[in-house]
Amino acid sequence: MSVVGHQPPPFFKRGPAPLARLAFFVILSLALLVLDLKYRYLELARQGLAVVLYPLQRTAYTPVDLYEQLGDYFSSLADVQRENVQLKRKELESANWLLRQQHLELENQRLRELLDMKARQSVPGTLAEILYTARDPFSRRVIVDKGSQHDIAAGQAVVDEAGVLGQVTRVYPLQSEVTLVTDKNQAVPVKIVRNGLRTVLFGASGGQLELRFLAANADVQPGDLLVTSGLDGVYLPGLPVAKVLRVDRDAAYSFARIVCEPAAGVEKHGQVLILGAREALPPQVAETEARDKPVKGRKARKKE
Amino acid sequence: MAIQPTHSSRRILLPVRQWFILFSLAAALFLNLIPLGDTFGVPDWVALVLAFWSVREPLRLGMGTAFIAGLLMDVASGSVMGQHPLAYLLLTFAAGGLSRRILWFPLVQQALHILPLLLATQVVMVVTRLVGGADFPGWGYFLGSFSGALLWFPLTFILLLPQYQPHEKDENRPI
Repeated sequence: MSVVGHQPPPFFKRGPAPLARLAFFVILSLALLVLDLKYRYLELARQGLAVVLYPLQRTAYTPVDLYEQLGDYFSSLADVQRENVQLKRKELESANWLLRQQHLELENQRLRELLDMKARQSVPGTLAEILYTARDPFSRRVIVDKGSQHDIAAGQAVVDEAGVLGQVTRVYPLQSEVTLVTDKNQAVPVKIVRNGLRTVLFGASGGQLELRFLAANADVQPGDLLVTSGLDGVYLPGLPVAKVLRVDRDAAYSFARIVCEPAAGVEKHGQVLILGAREALPPQVAETEARDKPVKGRKARKKE
Repeated sequence: MAIQPTHSSRRILLPVRQWFILFSLAAALFLNLIPLGDTFGVPDWVALVLAFWSVREPLRLGMGTAFIAGLLMDVASGSVMGQHPLAYLLLTFAAGGLSRRILWFPLVQQALHILPLLLATQVVMVVTRLVGGADFPGWGYFLGSFSGALLWFPLTFILLLPQYQPHEKDENRPI
């Protein structure tokens, strides 16, 4: 209850002091940071805001799009013709493989049936186009023009004609965000084609990749091709990821420093293929049961 | 609440309109959304416009506006939620606090005041992300602040244009 005359007149009212307001909002944004970084609770709010921003974003993309179209228009006829000749030659070169692929696949299937192995998975793909690089300079991400409206889901693998490009990490209704394999927090389980050595590939700075935690005497040579091992249940096995660029073996460290170069045109723009979700790997039954019910297991063992 | 271009100027300006502040912020957001790839040296337009209005009109540009602008930037750039709001809030507070001092100076010295504010904004963002486990983007990232400070002169001119209009229009003498 306010008593008349005991309050300042309304034209002096300016709300809380700036420092109090600053403290309130800073605490709010720190809370947002923790919620997003640690618990990933804010994806729904992000989707909502992204829908609001989408028209503005599309409009902002128009000048860049126009510029690119203008460049295409003025690219000379000779360029296109040269590209055409190259593509035709490439097609002829790969025809040998392609024509025999069907035969080989049938043969593979029959042999697998003979050996009673599980059939190889084939997954459908969605063609998408890279629109632009995400503005955030702290991570390596690109935006592609297909989203949840086109049945894209987070976690799908993205490839281009040369190899693995990355993984869909965030899906908006009409766009999705692909984290490239060169991102620092992106890991791809790979194996070396030459000797089948399994390891994990991490992104490194400068658009390169790094094989971490391999012993200094590991059998890795410059020029080795790395393909996905398929152990993660995300990437299909056998997709080319990178080539080993150089191997530094320093006796002072217990691990070798192995720098690799991505196989796909990771830092270029163009068409990509978003592979459909893989079938889930069979759950590791025995291990989880043993961990969940240790008492029962012990009893069973005693009975035996 | 500045009514002159600088405090030492004799020219009296028209009062600013609230919608123009919001419109300029929206335009800055639009400029930020233009995808330019990894080009270094592109200023953060929203930070620049926020700093401008915090210096000119610290009572009209609230922390809530800075917070919402930051949230929109977070979503648009795909960064961690709270990264831009935190940096923009500190920028708004510092620029608002310095506003009475900055406006006594001519434009060159004003830009010299703005440069460390913009750099501090970027440092806050870098520290936030490095704590979150991201990669350091390289020193070229900070070039944006320098180009932003250089843009202080044209920005002042453009954003003050509506306030330079004559007080009363005379049909017989249009100028």
